[in-house]
Amino acid sequence: MSDIVEAFLAALRLILSGDPEFLGIVGLSLRVTMGAVAIAAVIGLPLGALLATLRFPGRGAVIIVFNALMGLPPVVAGLFVYLLLSRSGPLGPLGLLFTPLAMTVAQTVLVLPIIVSITRQVVETMWEEYAEQLRSLGSTTMRAVPTLLWDARYQLVTGVLAGFGRASAEVGAVLIVGGNIAGVTRTMTTAITLETGKGNLPLALGLGMVLLTLTLVINGAAHAVGQVGRRAGG
Amino acid sequence: MRGEPTILPLRLSGVCYEAGGRVLLDGLDLTLNGPSRTVILGHNGAGKSLTLRLCHGLLRPTRGRIEWLGPGAAMAGRSRHAMVFQRPVLLRRSVRANLVHALSLAGIGGRGTRRCLADEALERFRLTDLADRPARVLSGGEQQRLALARAWVLKPEVLFLDEPTANLDPAATRAVEAMIDTFHGEGVKVVMTTHDLGQARRLADEILFLHAGRLVERAAARAFFESPQSPEAAAFLAGSLSF
Ligand SMILES: Nc1ncnc2c1ncn2[C@@H]1O[C@H](COP(=O)(O)OP(=O)(O)O)[C@@H](O)[C@H]1O
Ligand SMILES: [Mg+2]
Repeated sequence: MSDIVEAFLAALRLILSGDPEFLGIVGLSLRVTMGAVAIAAVIGLPLGALLATLRFPGRGAVIIVFNALMGLPPVVAGLFVYLLLSRSGPLGPLGLLFTPLAMTVAQTVLVLPIIVSITRQVVETMWEEYAEQLRSLGSTTMRAVPTLLWDARYQLVTGVLAGFGRASAEVGAVLIVGGNIAGVTRTMTTAITLETGKGNLPLALGLGMVLLTLTLVINGAAHAVGQVGRRAGG
Repeated sequence: MRGEPTILPLRLSGVCYEAGGRVLLDGLDLTLNGPSRTVILGHNGAGKSLTLRLCHGLLRPTRGRIEWLGPGAAMAGRSRHAMVFQRPVLLRRSVRANLVHALSLAGIGGRGTRRCLADEALERFRLTDLADRPARVLSGGEQQRLALARAWVLKPEVLFLDEPTANLDPAATRAVEAMIDTFHGEGVKVVMTTHDLGQARRLADEILFLHAGRLVERAAARAFFESPQSPEAAAFLAGSLSF
């Protein structure tokens, strides 16, 4: 019991000390995940909105695939990106394997289906309500996409935050394509995996606390955005 | 009006609309000209809303033709007719942003011009104090006023209104009627539906009476209310009186 208390106290000291290795790991994790979420949002928001408004053959299948990919195991996403980036893979010559960029790509693959699916769902409901009014005002379906994305902004922020939560919590994808190289590709989750195995509980616990806090902040932010949205008339 | 060649008259020839295996509108023949106010009357389900949506181009007739015959109709550019729906959809933005967005869709003005035109419309429809409020938290009457302002800012030549006061209290109803008068006073052709006979008496120059998807009677408003020619219209007026 006292070992655990010891470890907790050591973890707290580590967090407060501003240890450069510790901060480096936290910083890299945030950079990788935020990069992935940003790329996934830039692609996924318009893609989800188009999927919601356009009618084309195979649309149902595309929707089902994106819904299913929301549950894609991170290790599988990692394996997929690994195969793309490995020396003999199609993108091998770029030499990206075991770099932060590779981890960002792998997490983008994880986040994209979440953003696409949530956007599609939210925008589809809104489009049902808006379609006739917007057409009356002279909008084409394409022109309606930015209108719908903006009007769904509060719900979409929640969706993007859900993607952020998934990426910041996963370990399988970044471990496979990043390799958990100290000082280069070591993130919070891969470090916890490694340090726990080595018995370095203070570092693992300290990173765990930061992750937990991050999750709380994300959920708090999602809740706050939802409140603001409701107050603005849904 | 406004120096542009007119798009009127609007001609419907043999217009039918079928959906779900039912004939909802059957052989509509009529020509609408400006600037008189046309009110479409009829029981629930008679086809009033469908007629407006067909005229506004939101639906295509399954048979027959709808044509704008005026010289302005052949000119390229934005639509010159607007519609206010029974339940207008306001965007999840400020009152002013709703107007600016409509102007932007219509391709009117640059950023600065749109803002000026929007403010002018807000003033005109007594919405200036609400300009920065989220549109969706306005009261029913205020929302309908914004919907009218949004139509007005587009400077249409023809305005279609579907039961514009259906869910409003008497005060808000009067306010909306005054605004419809404003449109009419500016030379806009008003085509509207209502189930409020008092409103039809107050606003209509002419009546189109629809019954079960057919145009049963068309008459000047006074003549229609004093001596309806068709038994259906007579029954409609008598039935409405007995309420
Ligand atoms: N898209 C549709 N599909 C099937 N039936 C419809 C559709 N739109 C309207 N209707 C039916 O057409 C009839 C006329 O509708 P409407 O024009 O809305 O009547 P109203 O005169 O009350 O405005 C109604 O019976 C309605 O149920
Ligand atoms: Mg109706």
